[in-house]
Amino acid sequence: MSITAKDPEKRPLLALVDQADPPDVAAYERGGGFRGLRRVLSGLSPAELIEEVKNSRLRGRGGAGFNTGLKWSFVPKDSAKDRRKYLVANGDEMEPGTFKDRLLVEGNPLQLIEGMIISAYAIQASHGVIFLRGEYHLGLERVRRALAQAEAAGYLGKNILGSGFDFELIAHPSGGRYICGEETALITALEGRRANPRTKPPFPQVSGLWGAPTVVNNIETFCNVPHIVANGVEWYLGLSACEDGGTKLYGVSGRAKRPGVYELPLGTRMGVLLNECAGGMQDGYKLRAFLPGGASTAFLGAEHADITLDYPTPEKAGSRLGTGLAILLDDRASPIGMLRNLEHFFAQESCGWCTPCRDGLPWVEKLLIEIDEGRGRPEDIDRLEDAARMIGPMGRTFCAHAPGAIAPLESGLKLFRRDFERAVGLKHGVAA
Amino acid sequence: MAAEKTAAGAEMPAEIAPDLVTTILDLAHHDVLPRGACIEALRLVQERYGWICDRHLRQIGDLLGMSPADLDGVATYYNLIFRKPVGRNVIMLCDSVSCWLTGADGVKEKLCAKLGIGMGQTTPDGAFTLLPIVCLGHCDHGPAMMIGAETYGPVKPEDIDAIIEAKRGMTS
Repeated sequence: MSITAKDPEKRPLLALVDQADPPDVAAYERGGGFRGLRRVLSGLSPAELIEEVKNSRLRGRGGAGFNTGLKWSFVPKDSAKDRRKYLVANGDEMEPGTFKDRLLVEGNPLQLIEGMIISAYAIQASHGVIFLRGEYHLGLERVRRALAQAEAAGYLGKNILGSGFDFELIAHPSGGRYICGEETALITALEGRRANPRTKPPFPQVSGLWGAPTVVNNIETFCNVPHIVANGVEWYLGLSACEDGGTKLYGVSGRAKRPGVYELPLGTRMGVLLNECAGGMQDGYKLRAFLPGGASTAFLGAEHADITLDYPTPEKAGSRLGTGLAILLDDRASPIGMLRNLEHFFAQESCGWCTPCRDGLPWVEKLLIEIDEGRGRPEDIDRLEDAARMIGPMGRTFCAHAPGAIAPLESGLKLFRRDFERAVGLKHGVAA
Repeated sequence: MAAEKTAAGAEMPAEIAPDLVTTILDLAHHDVLPRGACIEALRLVQERYGWICDRHLRQIGDLLGMSPADLDGVATYYNLIFRKPVGRNVIMLCDSVSCWLTGADGVKEKLCAKLGIGMGQTTPDGAFTLLPIVCLGHCDHGPAMMIGAETYGPVKPEDIDAIIEAKRGMTS
């Protein structure tokens, strides 16, 4: 059978996803939906549930890869009735080259909703928000319709399935800003403010939305939860090809024959994704390098074209799994042009709070424009390297925006050294 | 000063319609602080009139207990809130990396030539506003763009004439 065919046993996340006509409650239940929630509410304790999710080795699918159950375990243990707590789905999918959460919210919003109800029970949250990109009009419409259906069927609101557990869930469309995908910025946006990130500690699990304990998880992360609970930890661990659990929504964009999203065992090799799923590069194009998981992951050269896409391996190679959706640089595109495009994005989307990010990134962009348009000078390469050193390290800025912006630059300066030298009139490092 | 117009070309009303005021107050009532509803309020008012004029900004601020400066700080922070007039159709062309790799520059050139405007401008007849937008999550169908709530892709330069003419026909 094709590795992209629908198969609830091997590819649970996309099994019921239908972008043309997402399942309603009845179709979702026929496909196995709400089995996980029923099991949880028929006697599992929040502590047992958190332990199961921890043991499933589900790691956050938004990019940082933190163990989901562990994240939940930092939330104060009070019951939902005794203390206001929030659960937030981060659907602010704005990482360039990333298009997996759109598929999940448009194609099967009930799966997300079930995942959130179960997760809310685990941390004992009474209120939840689905934070969606403002541009995802269809996704918002479908999520709101699914919320109404779920409530009418008794899965949301007061006394869910007679368990005594209450959970109110709403959707919030973003005003639009990349930084809203950073969890503390997202919380600030929900409070009706400019979405500048906050310092940690306090971590949101202790003091988040309106000062209450808050868990923010990625859409894809939540979509894994019902399957873990319904089918068990062993089954879930068995889905993956590495030590962490589950499948992953991988994808490619750029000059591949069939760019798209594919659900594959976590730890699948890049060669399988690019060649078997995406059909390889388009005729006349060769792979030169790629960003393995979005714009804020470092470039890997074509020698890594069969790298294992688990969490640790890309890190060892100097990059990150990130969102798992790779952006392909082909041999006919300019790597300097690509970096210019990337740094334009990061400079524009800086929230402006921290000086290295606010002032440094536009400077980087200007240098790249000069080089790209043939006005660069040899010392500009050193300036870009200096900028990377000054802006990039974690801790120079509040949040990970600047380190993310520098990841492709720093790696690109090494990988495309010859291109840069040629562009500024150097030959083998000396003036031509 | 000429009277301000909504995106549809009507005179901008001095006050936000009563049904919207009710919705905004209802949202505010359900949040911990009323300001929690401000982004959604801005979106709703914009959905009705196309953009947020100064008078409406003040009125939303009054409803939610926010000063005009505070609310304008929020409004201008988010790229989907328009504080200047826009045309009947807002075209947002993705300028992020996957679409750049698949030929967005050619689409941009063609759009600008067809409409006779640059990025960030509105056609003199008020039919189209052209804006850049960051990654639309439609990267497997790049180059991508949106017109209003509708997503397009892959868009080729040669598709632009037909797309624009269809929109012009629908809204003129």
